[in-house]
Amino acid sequence: MPSSKEDMTRRKFLREGLWGACLAGAGTAAGLSVARNNQNNMVWQIDPYKCIGCGNCATYCVLEHSAVKCVQAYAICGYCDLCTGYLVPEPKALDTGAENELCPTGAIKRTYVEDPYYEYTIDETLCNGCGKCVKGCLAFGNGSLFLQVRHDRCKNCNECSIAAACPSQAYKRVPTDQPYLLKKVDLKE
Amino acid sequence: MTRLACITVFSMAVLVPCLSALGELRFPPPEFESGYRFPEGAPLPAARPVLYEYADAVLLTVALLLASHLILRRRNRRAIFGLMVLALFYFGFWRDGCICPIGAIQNVTLTAFDSSYAIPLAAAAFFVIPLVFTLFCGRVFCGAVCPLGAIQDAVLIHPVRVPRWLESGLRLLAYTYLGAGVLFAAVGSAFLICRYDPFIGFFRMTGNWNILILGASLLFIGLFVGRPYCRFLCPYGVILRHLSRLSKRRVTITPNECIKCRLCEDACPFGAIREPTEDWPEGEYRIAKKRLVLFLVLLPVLVAAGGWGGYALKERLARLHPRVRTAERVFLEETGRVTGTTNASDAFRTTGQASEVLYREATAIRNRFAVGGGLLGAFVGLVAGGKLVALSVRRRRTEYEADRAGCFACGRCYESCPKEHERLKKAKGAVAGL
Repeated sequence: MPSSKEDMTRRKFLREGLWGACLAGAGTAAGLSVARNNQNNMVWQIDPYKCIGCGNCATYCVLEHSAVKCVQAYAICGYCDLCTGYLVPEPKALDTGAENELCPTGAIKRTYVEDPYYEYTIDETLCNGCGKCVKGCLAFGNGSLFLQVRHDRCKNCNECSIAAACPSQAYKRVPTDQPYLLKKVDLKE
Repeated sequence: MTRLACITVFSMAVLVPCLSALGELRFPPPEFESGYRFPEGAPLPAARPVLYEYADAVLLTVALLLASHLILRRRNRRAIFGLMVLALFYFGFWRDGCICPIGAIQNVTLTAFDSSYAIPLAAAAFFVIPLVFTLFCGRVFCGAVCPLGAIQDAVLIHPVRVPRWLESGLRLLAYTYLGAGVLFAAVGSAFLICRYDPFIGFFRMTGNWNILILGASLLFIGLFVGRPYCRFLCPYGVILRHLSRLSKRRVTITPNECIKCRLCEDACPFGAIREPTEDWPEGEYRIAKKRLVLFLVLLPVLVAAGGWGGYALKERLARLHPRVRTAERVFLEETGRVTGTTNASDAFRTTGQASEVLYREATAIRNRFAVGGGLLGAFVGLVAGGKLVALSVRRRRTEYEADRAGCFACGRCYESCPKEHERLKKAKGAVAGL
């Protein structure tokens, strides 16, 4: 039957055409991506000036122990005796007693420097990224304590689950070669 | 004393609330007399080098080349299984199942809709390379490289047959999932496909409990129903299905010609083997024709109904966007309908933006969801109608063959074909004869 043969060629023609169109589509997707790519990968990071220390970083990370840890910017720290990032509101005493500490894991070490200054350092192995100290320091201190995603721990998920739960839109993608957003020393000279 | 200190600090906080915003500190950093120096602080670990991502893309290509060779040339199920396990360990457990082509759909979508988003090259490569391979060799990616497919394939012990109409109906879930994934990525609201990836928790050995339970349930179902995620949910599988229909080469059950011995009939745990068809009896043919006409008329109705349904869902869809939720909350607070604030509304107020800006943003997102929801609904309606049409069309087949779209290229059916045994014997004889 000649009509059936003709039909087959038509079908084949359509098929080839579609095949070519799909390949072209894949090529377009690839081309567009290369054009948009900035030769650099992106990783997740917290903008410390947007972070409100809500505590989601400790609980929403896909890792059992969050990839987020606290960082101390010593140049900004006021070295206060009454540190609102270290001590609970209305502490019984200004000392290292556990009942006075705000940090639930005791990750902040308080050491005497000279009168009346105390140094606060963070033990990263203990820090769980809950941001309680960040909130305290932001509220009444200089804001020298802030949270950062640690890239040795972060899995760099395609969609960061903490970013999805962040109430202040503090998470953003930053280039791999500058993976941290640190607080700058911003003093009036 | 403590109380006094507290009051001092509190009053300072009230007196100088905006100093930090001006770049000034509440408490000037001390000038130490004891010669104290700032500690070094913990070093900040660098991010994973980009080079590794390129290496992953190269590995993916190599794995796909090898898979194509094993599936189409060697026709050896054992070797295919071996490659599949290797891929499961590398792309799954070693690379933590991220990045995968399924999630990369969203990265590519976001690239198309958001000009400020820079897609990682690895994501683009993972999206495009399996597509190209599918156009040439069929779904070799599903068969031997995809870690999500591999983990399900490995647990399949007692496959049961799913009726074709049910399989086709359930597959509507995958189309809906693909449409929703693309919609949410395009609006910039969420990466749904990544959020509900059922197996990533196993790959990472940690994760959200709900997702772990979802994954475990899918694996449990997978003991009896072959690859449930691939067949009924996988959005990337939907794309590959249709590309595989056009592929240059494909899996054939028999190496040369089918003798219709029916030995392969039960070989496929995924119901992808199609038996030869006979011509319809005259009476049945006429009924089928009428049904086809009915379904063709119904198709635009389904598209319109779906579109309307999707449009009607716009409010609910938009509420999944965090910005819209914040706007609604701020609105409720400002009109005094709720008391108290949430973290999100507090965070918004600290930015000092006017509420109107937020409301406008939320309205823009709602409008996008109105259009996108309508399109998504129309798409689902179109697919449902198309399925009805496809179920009432009969293709003429003269031999047993693997369904081009549904075949995962796992290679299970090869061994069941007596012609294949003949071929292997001949090949062995040729080797021995040398």
